[in-house]
Amino acid sequence: MKKIFKNKAAFISIVFIAIVVFIAVFAPFIAPYDPASQDLSNRLAAPSAVHLLGTDDLGRDVFSRMVYGARVSMSVGFFAAFLTVLIGAVLGMLSGYFGGATDSIIMRFTDIVLCFPTFFLILLVIAFFEPNIYSVMIVIGLTSWTGLARIVRAEVLSIREREFVLASKMLAVSKPRLFFVHILPNIISPIIVYAAIAVGGAILIESGLSFLGLGVQPPMSSWGQILMQGKDYIYVAWWLSVFPGMVILLTVLSFNLIGEALRDILDPKET
Amino acid sequence: MFQYLVKRLLYSIPIIIGITVLTFGVMYFTPGKPIDTMTDFNPQITSEAKERLVKLYGLDKPVHVQYWNWLKRVAVFDFGKSFKDGRPASEKIIERLPATILLNVLSIILMLVIAVPVGIYSAVRKYSLFDRVLTVVVFVCFSAPVFWVALMLMIVFGLWLGWFPISGLTSFDFSELSFFGKTWDLASHLVLPVIVSTLGSFAVLSRYIRSGMLDVLKQDYIKTAYSKGLSERQVIFNHALKNALLPLITIIGLSIPGLIGGSFIIETVFSYPGMGRLGFDAIMARDYPVIMGIGVISAFLTLLGNIIADVLYAVADPRIRYR
Repeated sequence: MKKIFKNKAAFISIVFIAIVVFIAVFAPFIAPYDPASQDLSNRLAAPSAVHLLGTDDLGRDVFSRMVYGARVSMSVGFFAAFLTVLIGAVLGMLSGYFGGATDSIIMRFTDIVLCFPTFFLILLVIAFFEPNIYSVMIVIGLTSWTGLARIVRAEVLSIREREFVLASKMLAVSKPRLFFVHILPNIISPIIVYAAIAVGGAILIESGLSFLGLGVQPPMSSWGQILMQGKDYIYVAWWLSVFPGMVILLTVLSFNLIGEALRDILDPKET
Repeated sequence: MFQYLVKRLLYSIPIIIGITVLTFGVMYFTPGKPIDTMTDFNPQITSEAKERLVKLYGLDKPVHVQYWNWLKRVAVFDFGKSFKDGRPASEKIIERLPATILLNVLSIILMLVIAVPVGIYSAVRKYSLFDRVLTVVVFVCFSAPVFWVALMLMIVFGLWLGWFPISGLTSFDFSELSFFGKTWDLASHLVLPVIVSTLGSFAVLSRYIRSGMLDVLKQDYIKTAYSKGLSERQVIFNHALKNALLPLITIIGLSIPGLIGGSFIIETVFSYPGMGRLGFDAIMARDYPVIMGIGVISAFLTLLGNIIADVLYAVADPRIRYR
């Protein structure tokens, strides 16, 4: 744990994420305006001391909308990543541990899901169910687990035959105990790394969906959605497109850098 | 080799079946019926006419019968008629396919041209300034929202500098242009979409090549080559390169679904007349035949790409065949 703070990039990333999470949690106290209150006399105002990041086409304060958007983006990111990790890790472990028919079925299913462009599947399901924050979270989680399932399976396969597993089997350790106490701790590092990167990935997908109008719906705001509204005013109001994009980029970058730092720390053989 | 090929093809049969089941399943279990778009906005429709429509499309039959009937048509490449304009869905998809394939093939080529030298250089000069700067660039490219990069490039190169057109594939006066004029027109329309679709995957690919090269450089035969007194250039280009680039074949195969998936956003942002844009429009209009056609076709393309990658790998690396 100490090591991660020594890695400069990772340290800055953690601080950045902490700030964004803080802003998301305390959004009502931080946002200077109501994110939904319109002021049509003050449309598309440039960034100034009154409106830090300017206003949008309905005169809403962009900074306040971004602050509330952090809530949506972060919760989608964390929840979708949680679901991704849950599905991927469980399927991977089942597949690797039991082998045989279980393994074949799970891995063929993974292959099939991998054949579809993920974004197409997501678009499809979202468009037909109601697009809202919950369906977005769930669908992203349901479609992003394939890589992790393969990684976990490979890890379990390599650990299954090791002496300490055989030894615990001979000592008649119960199956759940063997699984959770002896096998899981040995495969946890790739899972943690994948989780960190998955949060960033989910935020990217959510912003893409919102950009296409299929993410969270107004009056709720997300970073991708602000961008979507901004793209029509790109000639007259650049601040509507530039800032949300920068924030998405920095947030996703932070998660990726944390993932990379964790990979270095948890798995010293990699360079 | 022949045996390997047969094995590989047999192995893909269950996957093909799975692709059709999943496509059909997703459409079957999502709320709403395919005929809703025809009936919902038609106030004059009687329940009798509705029933006739249900019968016409076979929606009253059990799931497996519906699936089987659909599968029989898919086998002869018939996805039904588009709800939007009544043209066969397969025809609509096929006329859009070349544009998408063009975009993706160009992106893959550009991706290789940049990623290979960059990946190798940063492996050979590990932790040099270049390697570190590159690592940052890679992470930024990998983390940037594709559509946002597209927007920013459109502003800078399309609006401010006016170098490239920002939407479509051809100009209005395309048909009147000379051959060279046409080529130039196409090329300038392709620049921005190709750059955007290359950015993310180039970043990932150069990382893979870097770590592949680092692995190879640790091998004993590289040490042997150095101790024979060969120059660094000879060792890297004659001994290390081939082995380091092997995994590339698989990675390109695996990146196909990502590229096709990325086309949905990129084509939509640039109003590029490809399959992705057609797919997005079809999804928004609930045009079932077109959606299902695109699902099946893009999954098949991916599968085909993976099979070709595996076979090429087996050709390039004899060890694989005997496993």
